[in-house]
Amino acid sequence: MEFSDLIRTRRAQAKLLRGPEAPPLRGTLCLTGHHLLLSPGPQATSELWLLLLRSVDSIEKRVASDSGTITLRCKDLRVLQLEIEGVEASLDIARSIEALSSLESVITSFPFFYRPKGLRLGDAWHFHPPERYYKRVARETNAWRLSEVNEDFSVCPSYPRAVIVPRSVDDGALARSARFRQGGRFPVLSYHHAPSGTVLVRSSQPLTGPQKRRCAEDEELLRAVLAGARPGARGFIVDTRSSQAAKQARMTGGGTEAKAAYPGWKRLHRPLERGQPLQESFVRLVEACGDLQQSTDSWLRRLEGCCWLAHVKEALSTACLAAQGMEREGACILVHGAEGTDSTLLVTSLAQLILDPLSRTMAGFQELVEREWIQAGHPFQLRCAHSAFSHARPKHEAPTFLLFLDCVWQLGRQFPLSLEFGEGLLLALFEHAYASPFGTFLCNSERERCLCEVRTRTHSLWSGLNQPKEQRKLRNPLYAPNPLAIWPSVELQSLRLWQGLFLRWIRPPEPSEVAWEKVWQIVTDKEKTKLSQPTVSASEPQL
Amino acid sequence: MEHIRTPKVENVRLVDRISSKKAALGTLYLTATHVIFVENAPDTRKETWILHSQISTIEKQATAATGCPLLIRCKNFQLLQLIIPQERDCHDVYISLIRLARPVKYEELYCFSFNPKLDKEEREQGWMLIDLSEEYKRMGLPNNYWQLSDVNRDYRVCDSYPTELYVPKSATAHIIVGSSKFRSRRRFPALSYYYRDNHASICRSSQPLSGFSARCLEDEQMLQAIRKANPGSDFIYVVDTRPKLNAMANRAAGKGYENEDNYSNIKFQFIGIENIHVMRNSLQKMLEVCELKSPSMSDFLWGLENSGWLRHIKAIMDAGIFIAKAVSEEGVSVLVHCSDGWDRTAQVCSVASLLLDPHYRTLKGFMVLIEKDWISFGHKFNHRYGNLDGDPKEISPVIDQFIECVWQLMEQFPCAFEFNERFLIHIQHHIYSCQFGNLLCNSQKERQELRIQERTYSLWAHLWKNRADYMNPLFRDDHSQTRGTLRLPTTPCNFLYKFWSGMYNRFEKGLQPRQSVTDYLMAVKEETQQLEEEREALEERLEKIQKVQLNHTKVKAKQSEPSKHSGFSTSDNSTANTPQDYSGNMKSFPSRSPSQGDEDSALILTQDNLKSSDPDLSANSDQESGVEDLSCRSPSGGECAPSEDSGKDRDSDEAVFLTA
Repeated sequence: MEFSDLIRTRRAQAKLLRGPEAPPLRGTLCLTGHHLLLSPGPQATSELWLLLLRSVDSIEKRVASDSGTITLRCKDLRVLQLEIEGVEASLDIARSIEALSSLESVITSFPFFYRPKGLRLGDAWHFHPPERYYKRVARETNAWRLSEVNEDFSVCPSYPRAVIVPRSVDDGALARSARFRQGGRFPVLSYHHAPSGTVLVRSSQPLTGPQKRRCAEDEELLRAVLAGARPGARGFIVDTRSSQAAKQARMTGGGTEAKAAYPGWKRLHRPLERGQPLQESFVRLVEACGDLQQSTDSWLRRLEGCCWLAHVKEALSTACLAAQGMEREGACILVHGAEGTDSTLLVTSLAQLILDPLSRTMAGFQELVEREWIQAGHPFQLRCAHSAFSHARPKHEAPTFLLFLDCVWQLGRQFPLSLEFGEGLLLALFEHAYASPFGTFLCNSERERCLCEVRTRTHSLWSGLNQPKEQRKLRNPLYAPNPLAIWPSVELQSLRLWQGLFLRWIRPPEPSEVAWEKVWQIVTDKEKTKLSQPTVSASEPQL
Repeated sequence: MEHIRTPKVENVRLVDRISSKKAALGTLYLTATHVIFVENAPDTRKETWILHSQISTIEKQATAATGCPLLIRCKNFQLLQLIIPQERDCHDVYISLIRLARPVKYEELYCFSFNPKLDKEEREQGWMLIDLSEEYKRMGLPNNYWQLSDVNRDYRVCDSYPTELYVPKSATAHIIVGSSKFRSRRRFPALSYYYRDNHASICRSSQPLSGFSARCLEDEQMLQAIRKANPGSDFIYVVDTRPKLNAMANRAAGKGYENEDNYSNIKFQFIGIENIHVMRNSLQKMLEVCELKSPSMSDFLWGLENSGWLRHIKAIMDAGIFIAKAVSEEGVSVLVHCSDGWDRTAQVCSVASLLLDPHYRTLKGFMVLIEKDWISFGHKFNHRYGNLDGDPKEISPVIDQFIECVWQLMEQFPCAFEFNERFLIHIQHHIYSCQFGNLLCNSQKERQELRIQERTYSLWAHLWKNRADYMNPLFRDDHSQTRGTLRLPTTPCNFLYKFWSGMYNRFEKGLQPRQSVTDYLMAVKEETQQLEEEREALEERLEKIQKVQLNHTKVKAKQSEPSKHSGFSTSDNSTANTPQDYSGNMKSFPSRSPSQGDEDSALILTQDNLKSSDPDLSANSDQESGVEDLSCRSPSGGECAPSEDSGKDRDSDEAVFLTA
C-alpha cells in the first residue's frame, strides 16, 4: 500500500495555532505517510514541530478566498488550528490527513517504521510475560500452575499463550470450561494475595443460556479455586452487570453462575457502565471542558450531566469491594461482566493496585498494565480507535482504559506518597493507548500481536519510557514504599475532576510545572546533601 | 458556672456520620468553655473538644429507643451527633448549651479566661507583631501624594474607621468631613492599598447618600483628590460591588451610587456580588449537600450548583481581578464600595491586594492584610460571626469567603504563597473561637473601649510562634510567576473553582487525602537542613584536626557516626487506613465496621503545638495505627461469614451478603 497515493500536496506555507497560551508557529508544512511537520523558516529559533497523524481524532476544514483553515482535534484532547496558504493545497492536505489518520492496517502503521536512536528492537518485550508473574505466585503458593493449553490461541483467542490456573485442574477440563464461557475466557488467576491466602480470578460470563446449562468442568475449576486458597475460604462472584442485565443475557446465550451449581460462591452485582454510554460520558465531559464561555453553574451542571465522576466512583467502589473481600474477609473473588475484557479488567487491576504494594512501583505498575490489560486481551485497537472528538457514531470505542487511569490518579491524589509513578506516566499511557510510535498498545489481543509480529518489528513503549531522560517526568519524587493496602475514600467530596488530563490543554500549564520543579528540587537537595556527607567523615581517619 | 445544668453525662454515644453503625461510647462533660466527649475505650480515651463559641446550632431530635439524639453543628463545620440515654439529661445538656453557646456579654467570651501562660511583656510584644503604620511605610507612604490624616482622631468623624488613615494630600479636613456626611455611616473614601510602581491606588468607602439626585461638592472634590494623587491617569474607576438592582433600590432610601455626570473623570462599574443574606443561605445550602446521607454524584453536583456558592466565590474573585488589573496594567486608581463598605468592600480590596502584592502572600503579610482591610476598617466580626447573642440575620460567612478565595488561588498557584492550607483553616477556626482578642467586636473603637490588648492575647503572635506548621514548602519567591502581580488566565475558567473539601469536610478525615505532601516536604527540608548543619560541624572539626596535625600531635580521630535521623515522615506507615463502606447503604461486609479517618492525626495537625491552646483542633485524633489495625483483624474469619441462606432473591445472593 502506497501512502503517496493518498498525498496530493506535500508542502504548503502555514501558520499553526496551539491554543490561547502558546504563541503561533509559522513555516513550511510537510505531509508524510505518518506525520505532519511544520518546519519554521531558517531565521526562526524554534524547533521542528511534529504531529503523528494517527493522533488526529477529527478534522474540520474551512476555506476563505486564498487560504484554508484546518482544525485538528487530537486524541490526546489537544485542539490545533492550521492556517494554510492556498485553497487547493489546504483542501488536499485536509483530505490526506483524514485518510492517513484513519488507516486500519496495523502493519503499515508507524510503529513498524519507528526506529529511535538508543533503543534496540526486541528490548523490553520480555519484561512482563505471564511466566514472570507466575514465578512470584509459585513462591507464595503451590496451588497454581502455568498452563499452556492456549499455546496456539485455539482455546481462547483473546488470552495469552500461558495462563495461571489451579494446579488440580488439567488442560482438558480447562478447554471444556472455556467452551462454557463467552469467547473462551475461562476463569484464570489475576492476583494472589499472599497475606490472606486468597486469590482474585477473572473470566467472562458463563454460557448458561435460557436452559440454565451447566458445565461440570467449570464448576470443578471454581471449586479448585476455593480449595487452593486458605482453608475455609468462601468465594464471591462480582458480576459487573446489574442482576437484571445478567438475567437478560441468558436470552442471548450468556448468563451468570447459578447458586446451586457453585457451592461456596456467592454472587454480587455491581453494575459498571461500559461501551457506548461510557464513551458518551467521555465525549460530553470533554465538550464541557472545552466550553470556556459558560458560567460556573452551567459548568457544574454539565459536569454532573456527563456522569464521568459517577463512573469513577463506581469503578473505584467495586474494586475496593473486591479488595476488601480478599483482605478483610479472606474470601476469593471472581470478577466478570459479559465479555470479561473491559469492566472486569478495570476491577481486577484496581483491586491489585489497592492491595499490592509492588504494583505501585514504576516497574510493578507497568507489569500490571501489561498483564491485566494488554495480555489479558483488552481490545485496545477497537476501544481506542477514536477519542472524544470523533463525529462518527462510536462502534466499539469506549474509554475503559482511561477510566482506569483516572481511578489510579484519584488513588495517587489521596495517597500522594504511595505511588512510585506520577501523573506524567498516566498521561503518557493515555496518549500512547490512543496513538503511539510504539507497538505496545497495538492490536486487540496477544494472538493478533503474534500474527503481526509486533514484538519483533516494533519497539516496546516500556523501553521508551524507561530511558533515564524520561524519569523526571514520570516518577513521583515523593514516593516512599507503603507496605499496607491503600483504601481510598469514594465519597463524592474526595473525588476530583482530573484536571491534568481533561484541562491539560486548556488551563495554563506553568503553575503546576513550577510546583513540580520545586518538589523535585526539595527532594534532590536532600539527596545531594546526604551524598556529600560521607566524604567528609570518610576523610577523617586518613589523617 | 450557673448555666451548666448537668456537668457530666455518662454512657453517651458519639455517632460517626459517614458510617452510622459505628458509634463510640463515652462520657460527655460540660465545662465553662468547652463541651468534651471522652471515649470509654481504654486504649485510646479519645477526646473531642468543642468550644462553646464554635457551636452554631443545637438540635434535639425525637427520642428513639436507643436514647435521645442531640445534633451539634459547629461554625468550623464540625458536626457532632450524640445519643444521650435519658431524655432528661438530654434536655439539660440542650438547655445548658443553648445558653452557653450564646453569650450576652463580651466578658463571657473565652479570650477573657484563656491564659496561655505568657507574661505581660510577652503578651505586649505579641500585640506589636503586626503594625499597620509599618505597613503603610512599606507601601511607600507618606509621599508627595498621600498623607496620614488625623481627622478621625478619637473617632470623631467615623466610629467604625480606625484613627489613622491615609488620604490624598489635596483632601483637606473640610473636604473629608464634608464627604463623610455624604456617605453611609460616614465611611468616607480612604486609602486601602497604594501601588508604588505606578502611583495607582485602591481606596474604599461606603455608598454615597445620593438618592435620586443629591450631590455633595466635598465628596466630588474627594474623588477628584484621589484622581490627582495618581498623576499617571486622568480618571478613576468607581467600583460598586453590589448587583445593579440592589444599588438602585438603595436610591429610594436616600442612598445609592455615584452619578457619572456629577463627578468629573470617573468610570462607574457595577460588579454583582450578592449581599450577606444571599451568602448566608448559599452556605447553608452547600452544607446541607455535605450532610446528605450517601448521595449520588449527581445529587452532590446538583446540590453544589444549586447552592450557588462557587458562583459567589467567583464573583468576588472576578471583582478582585478587575481591580488588580486596573491598578497594575492600566495604572488607574480605584474606589471600591458596596453599601456600608465593610463586607464586600473588604473582600474585594483584600483579594485585589493579594493579587497585586507578593508581600500579602507571605505568612506575616497575610496577617497584615487581615489586620488592614478587615480589622482596622471595621468589619463587624461580632455581628457576622455571632460571637455574642444577636440578630441571626446579621450573621454571614463574609471572611470565610475571602479565605476560600485565597485557597482557590493557592490551588491555582501552588508556589505563590508562603503559607499552606492549614494556616487558612486555623484562621477560620479562630474567627469563631473567641480565643484571641484580635477578631472580636465590630470596630477598633469597641476594641479600644474593651481594652482588648490589655486583657487578651493576640492571635497573630500565636500563629507566628507556630509558623513552622504553616509553611508551604513549595513557596518560590524567586520565580517570575510568583513575583509581582499574579497573572490569572485570560479565559474565564469556571472549572478552576473547586469545592473545598479540606475546609467544609475537615472533620471527616476519611474524606481527605491520606497523606500530606506539605508535611512530607517540610520534613524533607528539615532533614536537609540538619544534614547541612552536621556537615558544617564536621568540616569545622576537620579543620581543627588538621591544625592539630600540623602541630605533630597524634590525634586518634574518632570516626563520626552518621547520625540517625529520626526519619522524616514515616507518615506512610502511620497512615493507617481501613476500608470504608464501599457497598453502598452501609451494609457491606458485616464483620468489620468500616471506619473513617483512622490516620494519624499528627499528619493533619501538629498536636503538641495545639494541645495547650487549641484543644478543639486536636480533637478527633485517632491514634490507631495502620499496623495495629491490620493485626486487630478478627481472627474468626469463618464466623463472620454471611449466613448461608436467608436471601429473598433466589437468583442473587446479594441480599444475603449484605444483610447477614
